[in-house]
Amino acid sequence: MTEVPPAETPSPEEFATFRQEVRTWLQRNAPTPPAFQLPDSFMEVGKPEQFAFLQAWQRKVYEAGYLGMAWPTEYGGRGRPQAYQRIVDSEMARANVPFMVNVIGLMWAGPVIMQLGTETQKRRYLPKILSGEEIWCQGFSEPEHGSDLAAATTTAVRDGDEYVLNGTKIWTSLGTEAKHMILLARTDPNAGSKYKGLTFFLAPVDVEGVEKRPIQKMTGEYGFNETRFDNARIPADCVLGQVGEGWSVAVTTLMFERGASEGQAGGLAMVPLRVSDVVELARQCRLDGVPAIEDPQVRDRLVGFAIEERAHALNMARARNQALTRDRPFAIMMMNKLTFSEFRRRLSAFAVSLEGANAGRYMGDPHAIEGGEWQRHYMNAFSATIGGGTSEIQRNIIGERLLGLAKG
Amino acid sequence: MTATEESTEIRFGEDLDLLAKSASDVMRDRCTLEAVRASAATDTGYDEALLAQIAELGFLGAALPERYGGAGLPAAALVAMAEPMGRYLYSGPFVASTLAGQLLAYIDDPISQQTYLPQLARGELLASPALYEPDGSYDPLAIVTTASRDAAGLLLSGIKTGVLDAANVGLLLVSALCDGEPAVVAVQRTSLPDGSITRETLIDETRRSYRIVFDDTPAVRIGGDATQGLRFVHQLGALMMAADMSGGTIGSIDLTIDYLQTRTQFGRPIGSYQALKHPMVDIFVASEHGRSLLYHAATVFDGESRASECAVRMAKAHCGSTFTHAADRSIQFHGAIGFTYECHAQLFLRRAQWAEYQFGDTRHHRRNLQALLL
Ligand SMILES: Cc1cc2nc3c(=O)[nH]c(=O)nc-3n(C[C@H](O)[C@H](O)[C@H](O)COP(=O)(O)OP(=O)(O)OC[C@H]3O[C@@H](n4cnc5c(N)ncnc54)[C@H](O)[C@@H]3O)c2cc1C
Repeated sequence: MTEVPPAETPSPEEFATFRQEVRTWLQRNAPTPPAFQLPDSFMEVGKPEQFAFLQAWQRKVYEAGYLGMAWPTEYGGRGRPQAYQRIVDSEMARANVPFMVNVIGLMWAGPVIMQLGTETQKRRYLPKILSGEEIWCQGFSEPEHGSDLAAATTTAVRDGDEYVLNGTKIWTSLGTEAKHMILLARTDPNAGSKYKGLTFFLAPVDVEGVEKRPIQKMTGEYGFNETRFDNARIPADCVLGQVGEGWSVAVTTLMFERGASEGQAGGLAMVPLRVSDVVELARQCRLDGVPAIEDPQVRDRLVGFAIEERAHALNMARARNQALTRDRPFAIMMMNKLTFSEFRRRLSAFAVSLEGANAGRYMGDPHAIEGGEWQRHYMNAFSATIGGGTSEIQRNIIGERLLGLAKG
Repeated sequence: MTATEESTEIRFGEDLDLLAKSASDVMRDRCTLEAVRASAATDTGYDEALLAQIAELGFLGAALPERYGGAGLPAAALVAMAEPMGRYLYSGPFVASTLAGQLLAYIDDPISQQTYLPQLARGELLASPALYEPDGSYDPLAIVTTASRDAAGLLLSGIKTGVLDAANVGLLLVSALCDGEPAVVAVQRTSLPDGSITRETLIDETRRSYRIVFDDTPAVRIGGDATQGLRFVHQLGALMMAADMSGGTIGSIDLTIDYLQTRTQFGRPIGSYQALKHPMVDIFVASEHGRSLLYHAATVFDGESRASECAVRMAKAHCGSTFTHAADRSIQFHGAIGFTYECHAQLFLRRAQWAEYQFGDTRHHRRNLQALLL
């Protein structure tokens, strides 16, 4: 059973040394938890102090060399094999350190710029994505067009060396803090098909004519906006790819966003929820007068979640083995977003149920178990089952593209 | 239990890949669903020519030690072969004989190894472990059958059930209590009087298992640590059955998808309806998870360690529940044709319903995982 590693892959010893180095660095540099509550993910950054804290942490990680490790050095990266970044990411999860705030930049705007951007665009945008100096947001969804993204109606009209934007984007995560937006807008309303005539922009959103209205989430938190464009002017050279070919750029972006393509700068995007934490919770909580961990139903469900969590981790390991993915090479990567987000939702709902008569308490109640965090985790879990394309849309895509079933 | 700390190793090198491909090729050519039905209609339940071909390809000795004529591959090789076999609903004494051979190779008794392993590796001798008893326990150490000493040697008495392919093998490796301790004894099938082996009627018509009544049957004790050996073979059985079921799931999915693509109602392929499409995707996702759990279990299998036990139990529990569900939905998604004997969907459902209850069902493994994980 010999597995020949690709030539430039570092040896297991190099990896082990590196892992130890990262572990030590994290021990020494992990920020002390602040007095205020941190958000569950980059989508719920709703307060200035949360943002400042997270931005400082991203900068620190970047300066230590642990972000964008596989991005080329000329764009601020470290030019090393992706495997190094995977080690960093897993160590960050293990150490429970805060996530990176500039997720849209690191995970999908950046990779798509890397893939399709001009040299000028790459040099202009990528380094500041990594350092967190310039925050990115995403203007895809509109009030009337969510899942049916290609039907977007926000317009961009060329005027000299500028485009003039009009329309409304919504659910803009990090919209308040962002300097740039990856924006899908219609440049040619008469192109014949909804997929044509769209253009993809790297739009500045700190310009005149852009109005940002924060929207409160069901948890009570903030973190996304409605973004209105009222004759906002942006430079024409911020088009990414070809004018009128925005749909294919958007699809490429979504592949990065959903983890179906690799090339992300790395880092965590949200607070990891682990089965081991829920097992711990089951030890703390009592149901019907006995520790929840002793309840036979609870025990069986915990085992079920543990199997599923293990399967996710092993899927990632198998995804890197060609022989074991040859039949449908993209299957695992394409189903990641669906399986991770739905798992997180079910796991956190189950965790809440372990609190029994105390489960109805929420953040702010002095007697809420673990500060009502699991209740918040559960509600915020929908951000990933809806955002980035809903679970239903993911199932359509997998059914149609992978299994070859007809479109509805 | 910290999942992040546990190994996620999946080793599946070129040699295993070639073996899996070769198994897959043979099965695709020779084990069509029509051939499966034809074999099922025979008394022995298998195609002798195909078994000979499998032996020729070295499948029966793949994971036996080289010094006994095997190829010396790790246990993962068994998964590499068993999964494609399950995919094509293959049946026959491959599983039984492999388990018996592995049991012999595991419990350290050089004399019986020398006697049997070279023949087993070549397929000249077939064997089967006889482990389970009428009370239906999955515990390989819950033994009532006894081997008592007499002047000539050991005499075996008791009843074994679910003995795979017993009527078609030469050697039976039987678990028994000897002086109150678990033991493994060898019985020559031909030494059993007529009527001691009766065929069981199984929901899976492609499989064969038998009930054996031992009544002062002469037996020879196999040396070595029988308790460990029985645990080992039980766990390996679960691993091979998980592979069979993972393969069966893939076969069932392929069959169902084909129907969803071709059958039209209301002017559209039925696969365009999300009420069918989305559950199909969920089954596919579960199948992919099952494969990852399976290949990892195959990688870490040793029949002893906690990691091995944990991985095998997870794989069997998950692949089992996934296959039974996939096969169940396959019937429904075929409509009335799916309810017929003629439709191949039933073959998968019957295989799933049988295999789920071999070497520990989902409930059993999940229950045992509690102690390992919580
Ligand atoms: C927390 C959060 C953050 C977000 N951040 C951003 C962001 O930064 N930028 C951005 O552009 N967008 C963002 N979104 C928006 C997100 O991408 C959309 O909400 C999503 O694509 C769904 O669109 P919709 O809300 O309009 O729902 P709809 O499309 O109206 O869907 C409503 C329901 O119908 C179902 N449905 C729709 N079409 C089908 C179909 N064909 N088949 C089956 N079911 C269907 C959906 O699954 C859903 O259950 C965010 C959303 C959330 C919740």
